[in-house]
Amino acid sequence: MGTKSRNYYLIPYVLWIALFVVAPILLVLYYSFFNIEGHFTLENYKKFFTPVYLKMTFSSFWYAFLITFFTFIIAYPTAYLLTKTKHKQLWLLLIIVPSWINLLLKAYAFIGIFGTYGAANKFLEAMGVGGKQILFTDFSFVFVSVYIFLPFMILPIFNALNDLNPSLIDASNDLGASPLTTFKRVIFPLTLDGVKAGCQIVFIPALSLFMLTRLIAGNRVITLGTAIEQHFLVTQDWGMGATIAVFLIIAMVIIMLLTGKRKSGMLR
Amino acid sequence: MTDKTIIRFQQVTKQYDNDPAVLDNVSFEIERGKFYTLLGPSGCGKTTILRLIAGFIEPSDGNIYFNGKKVNQLPANKRQVNTVFQDYALFPHLNVFENVAFGLRIKKMKSNIVEQKVKEALRFVNLEGYENREIREMSGGQRQRVAIARAIVNEPEVILLDEPLSALDLKLRTEMQYELRELQRNLGITFIFVTHDQEEALAMSDEIFVLNNGKIEQSGNPNDIYDEPINRFVADFIGESNIVSGTMLEDYVVKFTGKTFECVDGGFHPNEDVEIVIRPEDLEITKPQDGKLQVKVDSQLFRGVHYEISCYDNDGNEWLVHSTKKATVGENIGLHFESEAIHVMRYDETEEDFDKRLEAYEEGSHGN
Repeated sequence: MGTKSRNYYLIPYVLWIALFVVAPILLVLYYSFFNIEGHFTLENYKKFFTPVYLKMTFSSFWYAFLITFFTFIIAYPTAYLLTKTKHKQLWLLLIIVPSWINLLLKAYAFIGIFGTYGAANKFLEAMGVGGKQILFTDFSFVFVSVYIFLPFMILPIFNALNDLNPSLIDASNDLGASPLTTFKRVIFPLTLDGVKAGCQIVFIPALSLFMLTRLIAGNRVITLGTAIEQHFLVTQDWGMGATIAVFLIIAMVIIMLLTGKRKSGMLR
Repeated sequence: MTDKTIIRFQQVTKQYDNDPAVLDNVSFEIERGKFYTLLGPSGCGKTTILRLIAGFIEPSDGNIYFNGKKVNQLPANKRQVNTVFQDYALFPHLNVFENVAFGLRIKKMKSNIVEQKVKEALRFVNLEGYENREIREMSGGQRQRVAIARAIVNEPEVILLDEPLSALDLKLRTEMQYELRELQRNLGITFIFVTHDQEEALAMSDEIFVLNNGKIEQSGNPNDIYDEPINRFVADFIGESNIVSGTMLEDYVVKFTGKTFECVDGGFHPNEDVEIVIRPEDLEITKPQDGKLQVKVDSQLFRGVHYEISCYDNDGNEWLVHSTKKATVGENIGLHFESEAIHVMRYDETEEDFDKRLEAYEEGSHGN
């Protein structure tokens, strides 16, 4: 009876996957072959390979890379310090709490802070640097994105570091490795899976960011996410929007494969 | 301190915050080329000594000397010492070859020399041909060997072994005891071995330190420690013991269980209260009238090599006997023992006084 009853438990899961994962992807694929008048066409795919869209793709990847890079640069040392503190679970919780707040709320908060009369400019004036245009710049876009994604990168890295057997670090020191060498040869390679998971969690959503591009970057940054939104909601060209989405999905799958866990030992 | 001395602890104390000291004012010397064992129950401070020698922790008080130089603050990576860890601590992301080569690569040795040395080290621990295996493909005993190879390949002056055999099954453990002892003799370097297993300690060591509560209770070669335990703790911890209280009427005459016996211990005050140790294997079962002690058999266990027979005398003292002959439960028997089998222990005697007394009164006795 074992396998049979187990199969019944799978029904909700299969239904969910079919309705909310497989069906939408198929629909997106289907719509990508129709133009704005509803005729079957391959025009959309041709159009994607024109400079306008290629530039958009490149800029999406570039910003996603920047965001992932800076998030990583901040997250790794933070996670490392966290594992050394006495009440590490409490500190971790404090870092995670902001991720429970709605993304839009946080975006609006930053509009207030970075605005012309916001706290950031007040501070700069007080320092004698003078007011600057902060909002609607690349800087503010990357800054706010990093802020939002940070907890998602810290968590897997923290877990990887926390699971690291401390006697491996002793062993490395014992064999003559300085703290820096120990980090390079033991700690970092052994937490690489956490780093990969963190990069995946940040890079993929960063590829299709669109609310922040408008609210914080003031539409100066056009990513694929923004383009999809525009096509579906503004120009009503669902076909082109779907085509971009198809490429975005392909890109995400490739990234997942690249950053996936590989269980073989490191070979030189 | 002689030029044979390689490590010296001078009144070393290790204490965390305001907790009681893990290691309390400990002094000892380690000589080059010998096999040392730190023996004691868990929490006695033996692993702390090892970590102090390795440089993972610093002493709270006192000094540690290595080759005559003070090394209190010298970090672990600058010490001529390598450790075999209890859980082996092999790097899971590297294969067997790279694990063993780790220390050599840190020293930036040429790759052909690295290869030669690693192969040699693996041959030493009987792991030729395992170079490209992943650690997770290796059994417990093999990992143990990799850990040893990883330590010896660096040609350190001292190898520290932190209960490396505790995770192995009995048969493999006995095998590894022989191998480790052999390896130490062949390499000629100092081994400092930590264990809570007294049989392991007796079988392998040149020198044993028995530790309890952060202090060294007794040190010496296995025979001395087994035959002449300094106090109740050592007698009880090393091997099986019958311990009863008695009175030293005068030198070489001791009274216990209401009877007077000749013995070979001296250097006591007249009528001093003492403790008596007689090992179970030194007791021989006789007819009641022929024995020096008359006891009643309470229970009996078959241990393979011998029977372990538990008896009680009229005063309620338990006497454990190891005998190849079977006894009958409930039977009255006599126990015979030689006067050399009686070992007398003073209460609260320091190791120094104990050694002095033994030296003065031991001539012609059973010690060796």
